[in-house]
Amino acid sequence: MFNHLLSLLIWLPIAGAVPVLLAGSSRPNTARWLALLMAVLTFAVSLFLIPQYNADTGGMQLAESHLWIAALNVHYGLAVDGISVALILLTTFVGILVIVGAWEVIQDKPHQYMAAMLVLEGLMIGVFCATDALLFYVFFEAMLIPMFILIGIWGGPRRVYATLKFFIYTFLGSIFMLIGLIYLYLKAGTFDLHTLTTLPLTLTEQSWLFFAFLIAFAVKVPMVPVHTWLPDAHVEAPTGGSVVLAAVMLKIGGYGFLRFNLPIVPDASSHFAWLIILLSLIAVVYIGYVALVQEDMKKLVAYSSVAHMGFVTLGIFIGFMLVREQGNSDAARLGMQGAMVQMISHGFVSGAMFSCIGVMYDRMHTRLIKDYGGVINVMPWFGFFYVLFAMANCGLPGTSGFVGEFMVILASFSANPWIALFAAFTLIIGAAYTLWLVKRVLWGEITNPHVAEMKDINGRETLVLGAFAALVLIIGIWPEPLVHLMGSSVDQLVQLLAIHKV
Amino acid sequence: MPNLNDIIIMRPEFFLVAAACVLLLADAFMKPAERPYLHWLSIGVLAVTIYLVLAFQPAGPVTAFHGMFILDGVSEILKVFSLLCTILVFIYGRPYLNDRKLLVGEFYTLMIFAVIGVMLLVSAGNLIMIYLGLELLTLSSYALVALNRDSKLSSEAAIKYFVLGALSSGMLLYGMSMVYGATGTLDLVQLHAAIPQSAMPHLLVFGLIFMIIGVAFKLGAAPFHMWIPDVYQGAPTPVTAFVGSASKLAAFGMAFRLLATGMSDLSQHWQLMLAALAVLSLAIGNVVAIVQTNIKRLLAYSTISHMGYLLLGLVNAGPEGYSAAMFYAVSYALMSTAAFGVILALSRAGFECEEIDDFKGLNQRAPWMAFLMMLCMFSLAGVPPMFGFFAKLLVLQAAIHAGMMWLAIVGAVFAIIGLYYYLYVVKVMYFDKPVAGTEVRLQTDFTLRVALSLNALVLLALGLYWGPLLAWCNQAFVG
Repeated sequence: MFNHLLSLLIWLPIAGAVPVLLAGSSRPNTARWLALLMAVLTFAVSLFLIPQYNADTGGMQLAESHLWIAALNVHYGLAVDGISVALILLTTFVGILVIVGAWEVIQDKPHQYMAAMLVLEGLMIGVFCATDALLFYVFFEAMLIPMFILIGIWGGPRRVYATLKFFIYTFLGSIFMLIGLIYLYLKAGTFDLHTLTTLPLTLTEQSWLFFAFLIAFAVKVPMVPVHTWLPDAHVEAPTGGSVVLAAVMLKIGGYGFLRFNLPIVPDASSHFAWLIILLSLIAVVYIGYVALVQEDMKKLVAYSSVAHMGFVTLGIFIGFMLVREQGNSDAARLGMQGAMVQMISHGFVSGAMFSCIGVMYDRMHTRLIKDYGGVINVMPWFGFFYVLFAMANCGLPGTSGFVGEFMVILASFSANPWIALFAAFTLIIGAAYTLWLVKRVLWGEITNPHVAEMKDINGRETLVLGAFAALVLIIGIWPEPLVHLMGSSVDQLVQLLAIHKV
Repeated sequence: MPNLNDIIIMRPEFFLVAAACVLLLADAFMKPAERPYLHWLSIGVLAVTIYLVLAFQPAGPVTAFHGMFILDGVSEILKVFSLLCTILVFIYGRPYLNDRKLLVGEFYTLMIFAVIGVMLLVSAGNLIMIYLGLELLTLSSYALVALNRDSKLSSEAAIKYFVLGALSSGMLLYGMSMVYGATGTLDLVQLHAAIPQSAMPHLLVFGLIFMIIGVAFKLGAAPFHMWIPDVYQGAPTPVTAFVGSASKLAAFGMAFRLLATGMSDLSQHWQLMLAALAVLSLAIGNVVAIVQTNIKRLLAYSTISHMGYLLLGLVNAGPEGYSAAMFYAVSYALMSTAAFGVILALSRAGFECEEIDDFKGLNQRAPWMAFLMMLCMFSLAGVPPMFGFFAKLLVLQAAIHAGMMWLAIVGAVFAIIGLYYYLYVVKVMYFDKPVAGTEVRLQTDFTLRVALSLNALVLLALGLYWGPLLAWCNQAFVG
């Protein structure tokens, strides 16, 4: 049997970037088609994960392991569980859409843009597969390079500031994780994540390591108060960059919590769960209000991403309260599952929102809300999609946005009704900023003459938005396959919550 | 009396000395039209020397001339890479020197003598040998820095280098004399045995301090770094590339011989001194580099910070740490030759590509060069999956293992600060528009392009597969 599926998934887009780059600026269309071919191929290969991965048994599957650096006992170790499979599918799917989305929009050096996207895609898949902490770190950091270039070359007016901030912020977070990993390596003699899970650690050690990991992933998620790079990066990034950033990259922060904080330092995680819950609630409520006053559409969606990612961290860490203090692992499972569904759903919803803003930006070259108004009169089809995604963003039942948030709020209620109350604020605030955005952009009279000249979405844009819309609705109406895919892996994570290391 | 065996052990050095003399004579008798052969002859000589070093490597450490000369894994690796860097400098430097009418026979002979100095230094088994090797290397370097004698900057750099270099040699010699006084021996192995029995431990530590100053000066660790920026900027760029690569390998070799072979029993003293030097170098190198506008000066301050990282490995004072530091030295030598190679490839007659602004919009004009420079910058910054990251990983690990977590954290914090100026160079190349009225004309030399591409791509390749090199370094310290 072919057992290098994961390696293929990682290296196919990265290797595919080479011919795209070689196509050069003189043959932009060759570069575009090649890039699309590579992205579609990667997606097709990733579909094989569904039959190959056995969702009933859970655990790490499709494992590959080769000795990478013998002297340090570092392995090139890959494996996936249900959560990784879902995130990889999200990545490969978004990978196609950003390339289609950039088709005519990126006129300056399209071959470099496409190549950077492909490399980025491969590296992100690598993050979701790595079972060796050093390999994870390498992918985690290497990812910054293509993103740095994407924002820096094709971004908006303040792109240099934004991209430097993005790179340095993330690097700052992760270098402390590196020190934590070296410490763990010196204790355990390996970087293998599974072995590190069973490594006994005192509470003091765990606490230090917890914060080393926390700072790395909190920057990535991003959590308050280290979220400030995100609005800048989102606003200045090209549409495709924003989509990848919101849809996939932020998820890597949440994913990191599952792979590092939970299993390696469970007691410290439990001990400091209140901190994460508090920060998550601040993200949900306070950042929601911040989103309300934004004048730039991209900034608004960026802040709403921070608020929505608050649900992910809340859902993960509420489990500690439920399991350790109340022994209620059912609710913990619900919360964890909600967090995972929220990650996937937010991937689609935020990706779609940024794509919509990109569509408008391509026509008007402004992202300020006040420049729009009455768009629905000239772009009815676009309006249809925009309203759908807005509804999903504020968590309307029947869309994917509802499922995850509802599950997390239910779980929080079992832990503490007050937490649930604050979390549920999002339903009001989220609705407020999203609907107000829709009202100001889509409805009303056309006040800006340029809006009157806007053309409705073309076939390519319909394809991108339609694909997003289909998934938002499918997950909203029938989340069962997704929940089943991740179910046994979530169960195993919940079991880990109860394990004491000290 | 030296016997035949001693000479056989030193055969690469003897070969190179003989070859250097032949080259000197050949240069004198060659017609101007035949000069290009000198270039290839020199490269050939160095390549043969690499072969000799590798082919006749004994299984364990061997000494010659009554312990004056040590042949072991450490000297093997350092020799191979410093010879390799010199070959690269020859290839990268030829068009540059040719454009400036500096491509003279002295360049090749002086460089080869400097390399002989490196080879003797890293194999030294005796304090006198360390001093001799060092002087051979630095005296040749002074002359090389002043190669462009009509340039004020170049002469100033050479004089600064010479005065400060002489001062530091004096310090080193003073330290050595005190150590000799305390132990009664100059031989490093005997010194190691004599230290515990020494009746004058204070004198020993006093001598150690002066020797460390000498080492720090050679490495360019703060606060003994003053000469680095001026020499880097003033010297002809190929010479800078040599001073920044092979010379650093030699300085590591010298530090290792003095501190580890000779004075490892005093490690509780020199560990702290090196830690202090490391912190200062990291701070000064990384912070001052941010405000530089000249890329050669920027790389000079970056060198200072990299020597800080190298010291992080030495601080460990165990085989693991020495191996990490040597790995770091090798990685730094390869990165800096590649970075200077790009500068050389972009310079041309009458134009030194040395201001950072000269790199503006390079991606639009010469995307391949911009890509190579980007690889160097990310590698220097220590971003995975580049080679430089793994070198940093190893030294951080060595420092943590030595119980100096605080030092590793300082290293990590300054890596973030350092990141800024490397990213700034990438930013200038990729995000800025080219300056109107300027142009980019690449050197057309074919070997330069091929060698430079290989050199920069190796930084990526070794980042993906660095196990064998690490195993090689580790092995050198096991035996």
